[in-house]
This record gives sequence, structure tokens and C-alpha cells, in this order.
Amino acid sequence: MDRENKMVIHQFSFFYDSIQALKNIELSVRPNEIFTIFGPARSGKTTLLKSLNRLTDLIYGAKHTGTIFLDGKDIYDPYMILTQLRRRVGFVFDLPIHLPISIYENVAYGPKLSGKNKKSLSETVEKALRSAALWEEVKDRLHTSALRLSGGQQQRLCIARILALEPEVLLLDEPCSGLDPISTASIEETLIQLKKDYTIILVPHNIQQASRVADRAGFFLNGELIEEGSAYQIFTKPKKKQTEDYITGRFG
Amino acid sequence: MRSNRFRFLTQSLAKTLIWAAALSTIAVMILILLQILVEGLPDLRFSFFFESPKSMGREGGILTTIIGTVALTLVAIIVATPLGVGTAIFLREYTRESRISRVIRFGTDCLAGVPSIIFGLFGFVFFVIFLNMGWSILSGGLTLAAMILPTIICTTEEAIKTIPYSYREVSYSLGGTKWQTVTRAVLPSALPGIFTGIILSVGRSIGETAAIILTAGSSLVMPTSLFSPIRTMAVHFYILAREGISMEMAYRTGATLILIVLFVNTIANFLLNRYIRHRI
Repeated sequence: MDRENKMVIHQFSFFYDSIQALKNIELSVRPNEIFTIFGPARSGKTTLLKSLNRLTDLIYGAKHTGTIFLDGKDIYDPYMILTQLRRRVGFVFDLPIHLPISIYENVAYGPKLSGKNKKSLSETVEKALRSAALWEEVKDRLHTSALRLSGGQQQRLCIARILALEPEVLLLDEPCSGLDPISTASIEETLIQLKKDYTIILVPHNIQQASRVADRAGFFLNGELIEEGSAYQIFTKPKKKQTEDYITGRFG
Repeated sequence: MRSNRFRFLTQSLAKTLIWAAALSTIAVMILILLQILVEGLPDLRFSFFFESPKSMGREGGILTTIIGTVALTLVAIIVATPLGVGTAIFLREYTRESRISRVIRFGTDCLAGVPSIIFGLFGFVFFVIFLNMGWSILSGGLTLAAMILPTIICTTEEAIKTIPYSYREVSYSLGGTKWQTVTRAVLPSALPGIFTGIILSVGRSIGETAAIILTAGSSLVMPTSLFSPIRTMAVHFYILAREGISMEMAYRTGATLILIVLFVNTIANFLLNRYIRHRI
């Protein structure tokens, strides 16, 4: 495989029992870019995202064909250690979900699982919260419940929780759904900051967001990748009719 | 207008009925407690707890029966909790709805409905005679364990069921293994529910008589090992009253039993609240 790409999706199809959710996807994501996967509901975006760190393994009766490479290594290889893969490819869910424990413990949850010692743990937590632009807001109440944070803070906490694992790729599934414009803006800002150190694959919650943050984008419809290209090209002069229809709001 | 008045009537009728239900429940509870405490408390001395019974329980205290109750309950809880919690985790986390899980669940449901004397008979035949453990703390404790197992499985399963699926997904997505996910994301949140099941089981163990007479005997001698026969407070109460040995002593034993149950529940509640407050 070529070394230029961080993740390569190769002839990938995905099935829930008999329903095909993804059809022969061929896609590459470059390091340190924000790649957005956009399209109408039920077009397979979340399925693709969850396939990238094999969270789809948890779904009963699901199967796939084709494969996905991370740094040239097949993630569906039987020798791939699943817990390591999920640490390298972190996932942020569409709704901020916290374990009912303190802010600190939520961020420390992942590093603790891999057996990080106590001393470096608090440094890791601070660093992660700083990277997620949350440190200043919560540093005085690290040990209070995570459930008392505002929506935007909760979502940034989810990002911090993943960053604490020092992943290489960040997968974000509509991280701003249900957030107000100000919180959304601060998360987008955070993402652009994070691009320096991480490869980001984002399912945006609308096209405006995709066009604001994306370097490159791929348009999905009914489980197919219709077209991909630089964000500028896709959002200003799409090659395919379906893409243009969707972007101009003719459906979706 | 009429329909409005009708609605008002239904509301107040429902309110009255619900109040009546709650009040009568409380009234029954208070009456039972009052009867035992009024008869038992006035003559209750502190020494009653620390003296061994003399002449079949006509005189002396109830020390050996307190020890018997505590020992039996401890054995039962120590054996049944890991088994029950383990089974519940298996049913909820490690297997899907399948024939095996249905058989296990059906089995526990049936066990929960079996009268305690049947458990006693089983314990007598299996532990006391077949395994040759005799009337002993161990036989009695194991029989009680079998008896409370369904309660622990059921309450633990219910507790685990209420944990959102997303907690597991979060734990997996942060690189957790199945074991880490169960022990760090699922169980801590389910702990208050599991604890409630254990407390219910403690209450049932403390109050049990029939199964215990058949498996642990009714000896008033101070136990020396797990293989000693013992008498619990509930059994003591039963024998004192049933055989007309001493109603006074029976009431005192009953009063002590109630005090101990109250004490255990208070402590348990305190610990539980502290745990919940500490966690969030």
C-alpha cells in the first residue's frame, strides 16, 4: 500500500443481515487532513465511520467484504489487536455520552484501561483537556460530575477523552448535532487546531459545516460513494448530478 | 359543567384510594412492629445479647442464636453473591437470548417460587446426608444460598438491564476489553441495584426457619466450626413460642431480631448513599 495515505478503504461493502449498507467503497484519507463524509440520512456514513475502528463488530449479524488499511496494515487481519486499533482510531459519538463519574475519571478512563500509572495520568488528562480547549473551563471542578457540563462542553469532553489515548485518527460522527451555533463554532475551531496532530474523519451535521472545516470530502448516497475530491471542488463545482442536487438543497 | 364535576370526583376518589392503600400498608407494618416491640422491649437487657441461653432458652440470653444467624447469613451471602452476580453477568453480557439463557432464566424463576421447606428438604438430603456434612452452619448456609440465588440473579439482571448500551459502546471505543467494560463501565453503575438484591437476601436469610431446622439443626451449643450445628434467632423464636417454653423470651428474641434487621438496613442504606454520592 502507498504510505501517503493514513487510511485506505478498499472494495468495502457492509451488510446488516440482508440489508446492504455500504456498496464497494473505495476511499483514501491522507494524514493531517479533515475528511468529511456527507450525505442524506441512511446513506451509510455512520456505518463506514464505525467500520474504521471496528465498532461494527459489536453489531450482531453484521458482515463485511473488502477491507480497510491503517498505515498500510489490514485492520481486519485476525492478528490485529482490537483494543489497540480502537486506541489508535478514536471515535466521538453523535451524542455526548459520559459515564456517570467525574470529569477527571471520564478522561482518565481510557488511559487507565491500558494501565497508565497515576503520575503521568494527571498530566495526560490535563494535556487532553487543553487540546480539546476545555481545560480553562473545568480545571477547578475536575472532580465533579461530568453530567453537569453544558452540551458543548460535554462534546469537547468526549473529544478530550479520546485525545487522552493519544490516537492517530479521530472519527467524529455528527459531533455538533444538538448543539447551539456558539458551541458548534468552538468545536469546529478545536477540530482545525487538532488537524496539526491528527487525521480527522468527520460526518458533519450539515453541508455548511462540511464546507467550513473540510479539506476534502466524499458524498455518500444509499451506501455508495458518489464522488470525492477537495472540499472546494465538491462544494462549488461538483462533477455528479446527485451531489449538486444535494448541495443545492434539491433533496436531503 | 357536569363532566368537570365528574372529573373532579374521579380525581379525589383515586387520591383517597391511593392514600388508603399506602396508609393501611404502613398501619399493618407499624402494628406488627409495635406488638413485638411492646412485648419484647421493656424487659430487654443488654446482657440478653451476650449470654448463652440456659435451660432450653427459659433463662439466659440468645448469644449463640445471634452468632448462628450471622454465621448462616454470611455463608449464604458469600456463596450466593458471586454465583448470582456471575450468572446475571453471563446472561446479560456474555450471551444473547438463546436456548441456554432461556433455560437458565426459566430455572431461576421456578426456583424463586419454590417454598423454603422444599429447599430444606433438598438441603437435608443433599448436604446433610449425601455429602455427610451433618446439621451444620455449612449445610444450612449452602441451602440458604440456593434459596436466595434467584433473588440475586434477578435483581442483578434488572440492574444491569438499566445500564444504557451507550456506556458499553463508549468503553469499547476507548479500547476497553469485554472484561474491562463489564467491570469498569457496567458493574459500578449497576452496583446499587445489586446491593439491593443482597440486602433483600440478607433479610430472607435472617427470617428463614423451615429450611434451617432441616439443615442446620436447632442446637443451642456455642458453635466451634463451620460443621457445628446451630440455631438461628428466627428458629429460636419459633421453638420458644411453638413449644410453649417462654413467650417472654420469644418476644425478646423477636424484638432483637427486628432491631438487628433495622440496624443492618440502616447501615446498608448509609453505605449505599455514600457510594452513590461519592461516584457522581
